[in-house]
Amino acid sequence: MSGFRPSVEAAIPALRRYARALTHDAELADDLVQDTLVRALRSEHLFHGGDVRSWLYTILTNLNRNRLRSLARRPAHTSIEDNDAPDAAGPEAGGRDIERALASLVDDQRTALLLVVLEGLTYREVAEIQGVPIGTVMSRLARARIQIKTYLDGARPSLRRVK
Amino acid sequence: MTDRDSPVTADELHAYVDGMLPADRKGAVEAWLAIHPDDAARVAEWRALAEVVRDRYGAVAEEPVPARFDITKLTRPHMPWGAIAVAAVLAAIVGGIGGWVGHAASTPAPTAGEIITAEALSAHKLFTAEVRHPVEVRAAEQHLIPWLSKRVGTNLRIPDLKEYSLKLLGGRLLPGPIGPAALFMYESPNGERFTIYCSKSKKPRMALRYQSGGDVAAMHWVESEIGYVVSGPDDRERLAKIAQTAYEQMENPPARGAALPPISHKGL
Repeated sequence: MSGFRPSVEAAIPALRRYARALTHDAELADDLVQDTLVRALRSEHLFHGGDVRSWLYTILTNLNRNRLRSLARRPAHTSIEDNDAPDAAGPEAGGRDIERALASLVDDQRTALLLVVLEGLTYREVAEIQGVPIGTVMSRLARARIQIKTYLDGARPSLRRVK
Repeated sequence: MTDRDSPVTADELHAYVDGMLPADRKGAVEAWLAIHPDDAARVAEWRALAEVVRDRYGAVAEEPVPARFDITKLTRPHMPWGAIAVAAVLAAIVGGIGGWVGHAASTPAPTAGEIITAEALSAHKLFTAEVRHPVEVRAAEQHLIPWLSKRVGTNLRIPDLKEYSLKLLGGRLLPGPIGPAALFMYESPNGERFTIYCSKSKKPRMALRYQSGGDVAAMHWVESEIGYVVSGPDDRERLAKIAQTAYEQMENPPARGAALPPISHKGL
């Protein structure tokens, strides 16, 4: 598989972007990418054609899911940087708001949304990566969008403010 | 589908925003949005959200790649643990397969059997989820078995699983661990799907083994250098019976000693 390694190498910038958005933590994200690459390269002999990029996204997605499972018993999400100003308005706050909104999503929904919106994958590719039918990807996407809007509108999912 | 007056679904609105809408529906969606301001507002919100996400993270992909990701440094060939990582990844891909039942104690590295089982379960999960295109070639097409036999490199025999109310839907060709693999799919009247995966094996023979993972499970064996994996819903007793029937039909009469035994076409 002569194109395998160049294809892996070419995918690194996008994998880093995806991992950063999944974790909001640069170091953790790069650890995930490194794990993904090491595993992919060791499994090169199992790869007989197909889309290397999709395969790498699949590995990274699964590694991240495993990571979240192992964290499941801990109380909170990883913190989002320091000087966490309480929901300041203005353009600077936009980045942090979206981080929090993404962090408020269920993992499968966050993954589906990021693969489509940030990574530009097709619904079919995301379905294969997540191992579910396309209809499930679509409903995850729809729920992610509703949840983010709810979050950004300033309401907590189970505690909607009456306006 | 091309009817401009047919109502636009929520899925289509998402597909429109994500650039996945078939071209022949674009006009209908745009016409719909022009007279449905609520939907138009949602579409605008989703677009804005996509832009915020891309603004926030897009730059990461423009950063120079850190030295730790140097491919040559990451590749350390022939590490004994490498094979374990392979199994771990395959397990992760299969989704929630926890641990390799019954093997961990005796063998630290995954066996060829474990690898082929993981591949088969992965294919099973991927293709049984397909509603419209579960198989590449349908059972009714006569070239199905000769074609897959030729690619896998043995005379494949397809078991008749009517006694379990399973009907053969057809098959497809896939990459296997050491060569082409054939995947045959069966369906029950209530929509349950089972698959049989066949591919060359380095081992000449191996007894039936069961492996469960999440809601699916597999029975694996090797005979005459062909590995077989029967996968289906995780019901051990039922899966074992089906695998036993498949085994008997495919391996009977056994031609011990021959690498590729002549196989009659009984039962096709």
